[in-house]
Amino acid sequence: MMLVFALFFLLPLLFVTIVSAWDYNEYEMIPAFSLRGYSDTFEGCIADLPNLCTILKTYLKTLKLCLLTWVLTLLIGFTVAYFLAFHVRSKTWQIVLTLLCTIPFWTSNVIRMIAWIPLLGRNGLVNRGLEGAGLIHQPLEWLLFSEFSVVLALVHLFTFFMVVPIFNSMIRIDRRLIEAAYDAGATGWQTLVNIIIPLAKPGIVIGSIFVITIVMGDFVTIGVMGGQQIASAGKIIEARLNALQFPAAAANAVILLGITILIISALTRVVDIRKEL
Amino acid sequence: MSKSSKFDRRISRRTVLKGAAGAVGLAAGSGAITGFPYVRSADAKVLRYLGTAVNEGDEISKKCLADTGIKIEYITATTDDVTKRVITQPNSFDVLDTEYFSLKKLVPSGNIFALDAKKIKEFDNITPVFTKGQLPNGKKIGDQGTAPWKVLYLEGANSKTFSKTPTEFVTLIPTVYNADTLGIRPDLIKRPISSWTELLNPEFKGKASILNIPSIGIMDAAMVVEASGQHTYADKGNMTKAEIDLTMKIMTEAKKAGQFRAFWKDFNESVNLMASGETVIQSMWSPAVTKVRSMGIACTFQPLKEGYRSWASGFCVSKAVSGPKLDWAYEFVNWYLSGWAGAYLNRQGYYSAVLSTAKANMTADEWGYWMEGKAAVGDIKAPDGTILEKAGATRDGGSYDERMGAVACWNAVMDENDYMVRKWNEFIAA
Repeated sequence: MMLVFALFFLLPLLFVTIVSAWDYNEYEMIPAFSLRGYSDTFEGCIADLPNLCTILKTYLKTLKLCLLTWVLTLLIGFTVAYFLAFHVRSKTWQIVLTLLCTIPFWTSNVIRMIAWIPLLGRNGLVNRGLEGAGLIHQPLEWLLFSEFSVVLALVHLFTFFMVVPIFNSMIRIDRRLIEAAYDAGATGWQTLVNIIIPLAKPGIVIGSIFVITIVMGDFVTIGVMGGQQIASAGKIIEARLNALQFPAAAANAVILLGITILIISALTRVVDIRKEL
Repeated sequence: MSKSSKFDRRISRRTVLKGAAGAVGLAAGSGAITGFPYVRSADAKVLRYLGTAVNEGDEISKKCLADTGIKIEYITATTDDVTKRVITQPNSFDVLDTEYFSLKKLVPSGNIFALDAKKIKEFDNITPVFTKGQLPNGKKIGDQGTAPWKVLYLEGANSKTFSKTPTEFVTLIPTVYNADTLGIRPDLIKRPISSWTELLNPEFKGKASILNIPSIGIMDAAMVVEASGQHTYADKGNMTKAEIDLTMKIMTEAKKAGQFRAFWKDFNESVNLMASGETVIQSMWSPAVTKVRSMGIACTFQPLKEGYRSWASGFCVSKAVSGPKLDWAYEFVNWYLSGWAGAYLNRQGYYSAVLSTAKANMTADEWGYWMEGKAAVGDIKAPDGTILEKAGATRDGGSYDERMGAVACWNAVMDENDYMVRKWNEFIAA
């Protein structure tokens, strides 16, 4: 177990970190110490003040998308999990409905995203429908290739990663606690805030870790749904890789990893998952 | 046939290898194309062909197998991934289908074999576009960017330096090329378009698009900037840092103003954007225009007065290839230039490297429509038989001489490529 972990996780990570401090030219990496990958990345961060430099803008945008996606997947995921855990009585139905949540994963990522175009496009179903109903006279441009469509696609994709861990935490809650709260005169809202949410916390944190790590590194969804016009941390790495600038890509990967670890460790500060599990 | 195939299975591999060529001849001769002998012969002569999907037709590999007994195994990747693979895994392919501009990265890596011009039968018949930078009629064409003749020859068999004068050591044997321009939706624009500046015309706000492949996208951007009279580049394919800054500044302003609907990276994305009406003007590739048109949607590959951005691709051989495999590689390249494949490419709207052999494989009407700018006498069909144009149609941009003669620049890798990629990221983030 340790060996697999070391071989397939720690070692590659070590290589990425080492390579990030190498030099490079048009077609090869040069194993000489150079922080060019890093200094290029932060180019203009001081010189351009008070304007933001590329990397800060990119990360702010990525964090914004990440935050929006997180809030929405949490709200929707929590509601769905609550419904599954407390309103669906039969085990069979719980399983069937949970499996239904996996429908978005039945086709490939690319097909799923291309399928949004006939729905949200300028001549898509939504615009046609609204125009037909006389609600708008000009097609809504912001439906597609915008932050809206990016967040929509991300939420559609990743809510499932919230539902499962939260559902898992909820079905473990001892029903007698809820009955006791009811007997003690607590309102539904009080029960939710004081009993269910605290006890579902580990599920919430695990779901959040899933969603945040995936969205922080995403470049495919943001690329396609944003019409390639929205920058993301993952996109920068991809552009560098495609230009064969491996050390610069590695440096960006290390930065992204660092920031994601910071977010995750802050989250685990709030809830000690290991203790709760 | 099934009986003989059972017999084949019993005989030893060695005999099969020896008899492979014979088996091909037999199978072809007997008209039985589907028997086991084919699979056997395929075991013997296989070439791994690394390239983008654009040139990897099933038709071509089938015809090649029938003509030469060489089985082509396609390895498909995106333009960028092909380059990455050549540099990091040179043993994973035999024949490489790539563009001339990639050579500036590939040749210094030492993974490309210098081909011997004398072993290429039709080498002297390759269009002078590649060897001299001029049309068959002698007219010089644009040489900005990584023009093929700048990177066609090496100084020696193991050299990593491009030779300015012709030598017998060739880096890449050209097969296919074209002159690219903007694709437009004439039914939605409803007025003539004649200049690259129209890409940034506020009239098309939110309805324009360019390629999100930095090294090609910036060339299209440069065509726009130069057309609008804001700057004249010494070489659009090799900008100075200041020129990169200026170009990206103009593009960034347009992006912030909402000029672009989306950027595209993939052939199908460009088709989708155009066909759905999300964009009405965008940089595009010729077969994508054809595809939109074959869906019954009006789309024009619009000739523009500032000229075309051209590209050219062909075959390299990996340095790891040797022995009989190398002979097959030469055989394959020679077959490719011998006419059938050239005619196949010409019928898709590309151009073939050896014009004389392609012409011999096309009808006079086809040649007239695709190459001479003449009105089609009968319906013009794609290689798969679908009708592309009705009788009477003429090709966008006219004849070969008119289109290739108007080339302004070639796809390129700049000296300041690293800086350019950083600026491109900044543009996307803006």
